[in-house]
Amino acid sequence: MTTATDTIDAHDEHHDHKMTGIKRWLYTTNHKDIGTLYLWFSFIMLLTGGAMAMVIRAELFQPGLQIIEPDFFNQMTTVHGLIMVFGAIMPAFTGLANWMLPMMIGAPDMALPRLNNWSFWILPFAFGILLSSLFMEGGGPNFGWTFYAPLSTTYSNGSTAFFVFAVHIMGISSIMGAINIVVTIMNLRAPGMTYMKMPLFVWTFFITAYLLIAVMPVLAGTVTMVLTDTYFGTDFFNAAGGGDPVMFQHIFWFFGHPEVYIMILPAFGIVSTIIPAFARKQLFGYSSMVYATSSIAFLSFIVWAHHMFTTGMPLAGELFFMYCTMLIAVPTGVKVFNWVATMWKGSMTFETPMLFSIAFVILFTIGGFSGLMLAMTPVDFQYHDTYFVVAHFHYVLVTGSLFSIYAAAYYWLPKWTGHMYSEKLGRFHFWCSLISVNLLFFPMHFLGLAGMPRRIPDYALQFADFNKWVSIGGFAFGLSQLIFLVLVIKCIRGGEKAPAKPWDGAEGLEWEVPSPAPYHTFSTPPEIK
Amino acid sequence: MHEDKAQPTDVPMNKQVKKGVTKLVVTVFAMFAFGFALVPLYDVFCDITGLNGKTSDTAATYNADGIDTSRTIKVQFISRTAQGAAWQFKPEMNSIEVHPGEMKFVKFYAKNETGQHGVAQAVPSVSPGLAANYFQKIECFCFNQQPLQASEGAWLPLQFYVDPELPEEFTEITLSYTLYDITASTPSSLESD
Repeated sequence: MTTATDTIDAHDEHHDHKMTGIKRWLYTTNHKDIGTLYLWFSFIMLLTGGAMAMVIRAELFQPGLQIIEPDFFNQMTTVHGLIMVFGAIMPAFTGLANWMLPMMIGAPDMALPRLNNWSFWILPFAFGILLSSLFMEGGGPNFGWTFYAPLSTTYSNGSTAFFVFAVHIMGISSIMGAINIVVTIMNLRAPGMTYMKMPLFVWTFFITAYLLIAVMPVLAGTVTMVLTDTYFGTDFFNAAGGGDPVMFQHIFWFFGHPEVYIMILPAFGIVSTIIPAFARKQLFGYSSMVYATSSIAFLSFIVWAHHMFTTGMPLAGELFFMYCTMLIAVPTGVKVFNWVATMWKGSMTFETPMLFSIAFVILFTIGGFSGLMLAMTPVDFQYHDTYFVVAHFHYVLVTGSLFSIYAAAYYWLPKWTGHMYSEKLGRFHFWCSLISVNLLFFPMHFLGLAGMPRRIPDYALQFADFNKWVSIGGFAFGLSQLIFLVLVIKCIRGGEKAPAKPWDGAEGLEWEVPSPAPYHTFSTPPEIK
Repeated sequence: MHEDKAQPTDVPMNKQVKKGVTKLVVTVFAMFAFGFALVPLYDVFCDITGLNGKTSDTAATYNADGIDTSRTIKVQFISRTAQGAAWQFKPEMNSIEVHPGEMKFVKFYAKNETGQHGVAQAVPSVSPGLAANYFQKIECFCFNQQPLQASEGAWLPLQFYVDPELPEEFTEITLSYTLYDITASTPSSLESD
């Protein structure tokens, strides 16, 4: 590998630094630059969406209305959801894919570097449009991130057009990113890297990209129908004109359910990379992991109506969707057991990436279990639209997806920056996040079971104590994320020099290039045995 | 998406990549079209299975062979006006008992209380949904739009029968009408009626 590294370095010197300043970032087609842009963008969005969550929790700190108007509260819940889903989690995964995929498969770059530049640079415009609507007369979207018709059509406050165009741009960006990932993986793998030799990280992004290509266009279609219903007099969802609002939910969730796996499958890949590294053992059951991921992806297409049990489906439909949903627990269980089996009798150490990964396994499983509870039709009638649902999806998205992204960031920060991050600060970030996130989301289960509805700015007095704790947890969790910001900035600016492979149990091609990773890597493909 | 013109990095845009991109772009457009195809598919699916309680929007002809006096079905009527529709709307009775195959005639009263000429459309829904396919309307005001002058009221007719094929487990059927004020989206030709 030494010779290969030397040529890379030599190559670097005459090829690099053509542009400086803002132009470097605007015109870049380098997968590492674009990955960095994606990651920073998603972190800014995380803080933006997080600030909205703080507004929500401040209003819910005590019963009654004290800080904001109900309509603004609705805008906050809506935009918080949209920002976190489309602005924080998804771009963060795309950023990780951009940074790591080419290095992991021994490719010089993504297959479509210009498309890559474009798919990133349209994103700020999408969120600019979405956020700007908050400052307009009438306010931003207030119909929930699921934009159920007729809330988003007949009863919208005029922000629908902005919302729709923002979602269109986000969708185009995701689709282009996904196309890039698929063709990169299919065509640019180093010689000898067969599909079943790919790191699991690559596999999960491969499958996720397919999910994106399949369902993002359906979302684009849904928002288009909402747009024409609102402004051009069509009646897709308008009962008065022969349409059907329940059909909106079917079409939306046909996108929406695979979407939740789009946000968790890459997390599975990350955790499957990190746990073996710190347990110093091979990943247990590699091929079963691949098959489990594929079956989850397949099943995600036939379970959408479990979001709609209370719409008055016939019994046969409810049973079908209930059983299919529960079936997903099988491949997911395979994964969880494989992670545990990987750790079993391993020589474990607990650096920050591993801490986040272990927390992921435990807390994601809690989220999975509450998901199983929600899958049961009869009890779903009780849980539907309560804080139990809020607790469930925050356990899978915050302690699931977000924690995995943190784990990935800590794991690869030395590779990205060339410096070791401060382990002390990292652990501080982890423990603050872990404690506050559970204080934030765990009591929501009880609130939901007791009947507190979601998306309402006020609540009955008996929910006051739990809400106070939840809000305190929320503020603490929000503040804890600033530790990460400090840590990353410190790590970029300096610190202990990172070796090419800072984790001794780590495996993969990305550790064969020096740290920080040179601007161009694997211009000549490595040899895979 | 012409990536082939100039490659800014060292990655050659080879044939395979192009083929892959083409396939995926076609898939994207196909899935976009599929999103819209779900609309008619949904209607057909619901039509066949009667899943969402939608009844036919055209008149049925009476073709039951005789009246099944051994069974009595209670048909309940619910009427409501959609948000923003300042109309009065109510059935002449709350419920009626029918034998399967027996023809019944019921009137609904609608009154335009908006103070100006308006057009309304009633949208029916049957619960339980699976009974919808057995609820046959010979004549229904819901087949047409209802133009009414300001403060004008009218009795609107509904003629129906319950198909004797109706499965045994159904003993009650609820027919719900929601009246929408569609004046704004109606062409002026109708308003001049």
